Amino acid sequence: MAGAALAAAAALPLAYLLIVTLGAGSEALDALWRQRTAELVLRSLALTLAVTAAATAIAVPLAWLTVRTDLPGRRLWTVVAALPLVIPSYIGAYALLSALGPAGLAQDVLEPLGVKRLPSIAGFPGAWLTLTLFTYPFILLPVRAALRHLDPQLEDAALGMGRSRGNVFWTVILPHLTPAIGAGALLVALYVLSDFGAVSIMRFESFTTSIYTLYRASFDRIGAASLATLLAALMLVILWLEARMRRPEALYRSAPGTARATRLVPLGRWRWPALGFCAAVAVLALALPIGVLAYWSLRSVSGDVAWAEIAAAAGNSLLVSGLAALAAALCAVPIAVLAVRFRGPFSVAVERLSYTGHALPGIVVALALVFFGTRVAVGLYQTLAMLVFAFVVLFLPLAVGVTRATLLQVSPRVEEAARSLGRSPFAVLRTVTVPLISSGAVAGAALVFLTAVKELPATLILAPIGFETLATEIWKATSVGFFERGAVPSLALLAISALPLYLLTARD
Amino acid sequence: MSSITCVDLRKSFGDVRAVDGFSLSLEEGTTAVLLGPSGCGRTTTLRLIAGFERPESGTIAVGGRTLAGPGVFVPPEKRRIGVVFQDYALFPHYDVAGNVAYGLGRGADGDRVREVLDLVGLGAVADRSVNELSGGQQQRVALARALAPAPELILLDEPFSNLDASLRAKVRDEVREILDAQGMTSIFVTHDQEEALSVADVVAVVGDGRVVQVGTPEEVYSRPANRWVAGFLGEVEILPGIARDGNVSCDLGTVSRHSDLVGEVDVMIRPESLAVDTIAPTSHEAQPAIVVSRRFYGHDQMLELRLESGRIVRARRLGFPAWHPGDRVRVWIDGPADVLVRD
Repeated sequence: MAGAALAAAAALPLAYLLIVTLGAGSEALDALWRQRTAELVLRSLALTLAVTAAATAIAVPLAWLTVRTDLPGRRLWTVVAALPLVIPSYIGAYALLSALGPAGLAQDVLEPLGVKRLPSIAGFPGAWLTLTLFTYPFILLPVRAALRHLDPQLEDAALGMGRSRGNVFWTVILPHLTPAIGAGALLVALYVLSDFGAVSIMRFESFTTSIYTLYRASFDRIGAASLATLLAALMLVILWLEARMRRPEALYRSAPGTARATRLVPLGRWRWPALGFCAAVAVLALALPIGVLAYWSLRSVSGDVAWAEIAAAAGNSLLVSGLAALAAALCAVPIAVLAVRFRGPFSVAVERLSYTGHALPGIVVALALVFFGTRVAVGLYQTLAMLVFAFVVLFLPLAVGVTRATLLQVSPRVEEAARSLGRSPFAVLRTVTVPLISSGAVAGAALVFLTAVKELPATLILAPIGFETLATEIWKATSVGFFERGAVPSLALLAISALPLYLLTARD
Repeated sequence: MSSITCVDLRKSFGDVRAVDGFSLSLEEGTTAVLLGPSGCGRTTTLRLIAGFERPESGTIAVGGRTLAGPGVFVPPEKRRIGVVFQDYALFPHYDVAGNVAYGLGRGADGDRVREVLDLVGLGAVADRSVNELSGGQQQRVALARALAPAPELILLDEPFSNLDASLRAKVRDEVREILDAQGMTSIFVTHDQEEALSVADVVAVVGDGRVVQVGTPEEVYSRPANRWVAGFLGEVEILPGIARDGNVSCDLGTVSRHSDLVGEVDVMIRPESLAVDTIAPTSHEAQPAIVVSRRFYGHDQMLELRLESGRIVRARRLGFPAWHPGDRVRVWIDGPADVLVRD
């Protein structure tokens, strides 16, 4: 019962948003018409497609080089290539803009050489570059996993039939990678559509920024709500298309036993361009942002840094993310138990419902909660509780997913054994099931913390007045060009993210 | 340590009738085995007795107490029935002693834990994590855990199937000894006929969700109720025969049977009941045959023999002397042979 109530609560904001939009009727349609919505949809889709294509073009060769070739320093590149994932898009956008923009560091370096003014990267190119550089690991990681599981004997067989290496890549390897590429590309596409940080700093007018502007500047709530509903619908359509296109895949080893160790492809002369490619990605996606942050931090430390404000913001980030992680993990346990142990139409519906947040951008959930808070739960509007609730709605799927996976590994026989030893169902839950899935719940909490600490749009909209987190500090400083002020909070945010990340990787 | 009676148990999953009229009655202290092929409903029956599943109809009574029946369903935690699972289902978050103490409830008696662990020979590893133990040790922890609360009855679902073949016979004997020492009524479930025959006082052969035959291991092996039971318990030759005046004649000679069967019957002979030699003892009625093929297994050999009628029969003999295809031999019945009414 508890699980059902929680899942229903998670789906409530979306339902409410729908009611508001539909209730406004023709007014909502007028609002969509006024905002040149068609153009907005096309712009957002163009950015999504461009980023997904570019991220695939970076991720697939990178995965192949680090898994299947004798690339020098393969292990190091493996770690380095995945790291950009921890950099939030708004920090990435800020770093790229302040380095490569017209008033940026590159300009300072190049000016003595006679370069008067670098072209601006703001707008589409900047948003495209930023989102590509910080989302390609979503494709890299599943493709790497798929490559590692690919049976080398398939390749040997194709080579033995007289095919060339290049031909084998296109006819054997790539078809086996398409499910992984598809899964990663879906994550990238959903990320781009729901991203607010990078597009707002790069001043690219997208769905999310338009919603935010409408809401903040003109308090045009019907306009914002109808755009948000449309964005949610767009994401659901993408998810639906993906589910439809996914065929039942049976691409696995047919023979029993373990696969032979993979033979590495010798790169020969090609290792220099390969190294150059890896280095270029690492420099742009990792060295450049960190270097820029370090540079601005050093410059700001010589001036006056608002240490007290930064410490307060860091405290708030820890507080709200910690509460969200705790709440999500506590909610995840009953939902996972219900979904795994009491499987039926009802529990499947509850589990699906708890995944709603997965398909919704932060700004949509935030807006839905604003409506809910101002009209229904008035006492909760602009309280910390509301923000934590928004995070739970958004990130509950992460906690449920990990907890569920852990519970799936616990044999139901263990719980039956406990019953036969004289314990009631509730006592078994308390003494056996919960202790056995606690490690999953902790990992889920770490994952939620890691994601919540970086969250921007919901925090901007729902945080109590005067409640600043590291994310909002960084965004407020850098979106108006105060690059120095954003540097120290950015480094602090990356440092805070490192702890749960360590917890998560130590588990594997 | 109680008797158990199951009457006409039924349980379906969707359209599949897993248990379909299962009845069985066991005396106190009996070691019984439910033997049957996979999918015959034996594990579901065990789960009905343990209380993990609710029967659609039928009754289960242990020691005179009705556990399931019309309007009655006692939950598993109130049945006092111990269960040992195929995968042992130990609690990975407790040590060995913790696993055994679990069923003793709060304020568990340390003496009882030690006593049971000593009984299964695991006193020395009481504070080890269960993950550090070998398969055989884990199995004994599972048994000790089930025995600790002194249940009325203990159920064991394929308890030896996860053990190496070399260990299995030894562990089987140990488990049987421990159960006997406690005078425990127990029900094993297995698909392995050798295991069933060697461990049981009573074998219940299960097919299609009901008991096809109950008896001592010797009875069900040498006098199976029908062809299916005969074939399931081991290799068998079934020859057509004619019964008359208490004797049955078939291609292998005459089998004497004190029964009033008349007419067409089946004669069932296990391959080890056929003797083979170049010269037959005069006391037996032997038939000439030719060795068609031979498979050598080390301790024994299986011969295929063609009788004069053209019928092929199999004979299992000791590994030596070796016979070869083409050898002309004599074959006669030297052991139990059973006569079945033709199905």
